[in-house]
Amino acid sequence: MNTTRALVPILQLLLVFVGGPLIVGVIRKVRARLEGRVGAPIHQPLRDLRKLFAKERIAPEHASWVFVIAPAVLMTSAAVTAVLVPMVSTVSPFAQVSDLVTITALLLLGTVALALGALDPGTAFGGMGASREMTIAALTEPTLLLSVAAISILTGTTNLPGAINEIIDRPGSVSSIGYVLALVALGIATLAESTRLPVDNPNTHLELTMVHEAMVLEYAGPDLALVETGSSMRLVIFLGLLANLLVPWGIATGSGVAELAVGTLTFGLKIGVLAVALSVFEVFTAKVRLFRVPELLALSLVLSFLGVITSVVHP
Amino acid sequence: MSRSAYADLLNLLAGIALVAAVLTLWRRKLIAIVRLLAVQGAAVAAVGILIGIDNDSATEIVLASGALVLKAVVIPLVLLRVVRRGSETRETEPLVNVSASLVAAALLITIAFATTRAVVSLSDSPEAGVIPIGFAIVLVGFFALATRRKAPAQLVGFLLFENGVALVAVLAAAGVSSVVELGVSLDVLLAVLVLQVLTARMQDQFDSLDLDHLQELRD
Repeated sequence: MNTTRALVPILQLLLVFVGGPLIVGVIRKVRARLEGRVGAPIHQPLRDLRKLFAKERIAPEHASWVFVIAPAVLMTSAAVTAVLVPMVSTVSPFAQVSDLVTITALLLLGTVALALGALDPGTAFGGMGASREMTIAALTEPTLLLSVAAISILTGTTNLPGAINEIIDRPGSVSSIGYVLALVALGIATLAESTRLPVDNPNTHLELTMVHEAMVLEYAGPDLALVETGSSMRLVIFLGLLANLLVPWGIATGSGVAELAVGTLTFGLKIGVLAVALSVFEVFTAKVRLFRVPELLALSLVLSFLGVITSVVHP
Repeated sequence: MSRSAYADLLNLLAGIALVAAVLTLWRRKLIAIVRLLAVQGAAVAAVGILIGIDNDSATEIVLASGALVLKAVVIPLVLLRVVRRGSETRETEPLVNVSASLVAAALLITIAFATTRAVVSLSDSPEAGVIPIGFAIVLVGFFALATRRKAPAQLVGFLLFENGVALVAVLAAAGVSSVVELGVSLDVLLAVLVLQVLTARMQDQFDSLDLDHLQELRD
């Protein structure tokens, strides 16, 4: 019993580490198919990573240690979050510290680290990307915190496994408009934080529009591989968080081997469905003008705020 | 219908109406704004139908259905005609920009919830709990009315305001009062028709639906 319990974090870490690039592959594949192309195989991002890790490390001439450690910080924060967020099972040795506010802070740490790393070499693109990313992050973080607050008020706890257990046990406690609003706001913030359309186009290298790609322009070889892995892990974490708050059913509430197997399968299924939905959404969505991004994020902020207000008055 | 399902449905419909009101501040396309108004009208009228079903009153259900047709179909269609006839399709430059409008909406909604606490505490019925949302719609509608420049957008603001008032009335009286509802609905329809004619005149005169043109006197 206790050994399988200790397995949960390792399992989740592995799932996110390997699943991240695979999910990116799935999204690209579905998009390609919908656009009438064949598309690269689903495991192509994994191959790219292998290629990048085999390359020599190289840093710009004027880069300092900030540039060097930024990918590591991004990757580590994503890894720690992957351990904390309940994805496969709500039972874990770290369940006590799996706090919604902590998770939000950890995810922000990765964002800030990457922005600092982009600023460090002093290139025009890096600075531009970092400034855009910070503009977006400054609006998404309050949204995340407010949605988290709404969820916490409704479930009576900021502990994420506790909140998910509460939703499974008493779906009535979250059957309110406040919860729906909080989840919608969380969804918009997820799109913004994981640099997807309509906030940022992950496939572009056009200087007028890129945000994430501008930040990672100076990275090459293993550093780039770390950044890419970290970003894809964050994508899975965000999608997983959203999926488990939206439909928590199927997550293991114990830590038996069979339960964990079922939990892993349903988690894979949920993430897969969300990823396909995301790519379909992306095919039909145009990127919002950069100057209108704050409007979109202000909307998500207001929605999460409404979520909090209506949760407070919800009996 | 069980009490909790009734309360949830009531909350959901009122919530949809409030979100639609907030979204009208966010969207710029006039057609999209009118569609949101239709969604909101449908939600507000559905609250009336729901309360009618709960009260087992056929008159109320029929009246609320009439309001549904008026608010979700007739008025939006009239407004769509105004928009299609007009030369402008977007609310390009509201007096308060979109992000600030949304923040202001959040503020107004807080005020609505804060000021109606006394009303809510009068009764623990599910209807009373939703009154703050109706009040919030009133304030957001008023804000839209005050800060938009284009005639159709202002009209939508006025109708949001009216929907909010109707919602509060239905909730506070726990049912549609037939005489009042009929009178108000017809008044609103009349106002919209008059304003439609007015905007058509404006379009002919100024080739624009920007109400700022009306500030100067002309012969």
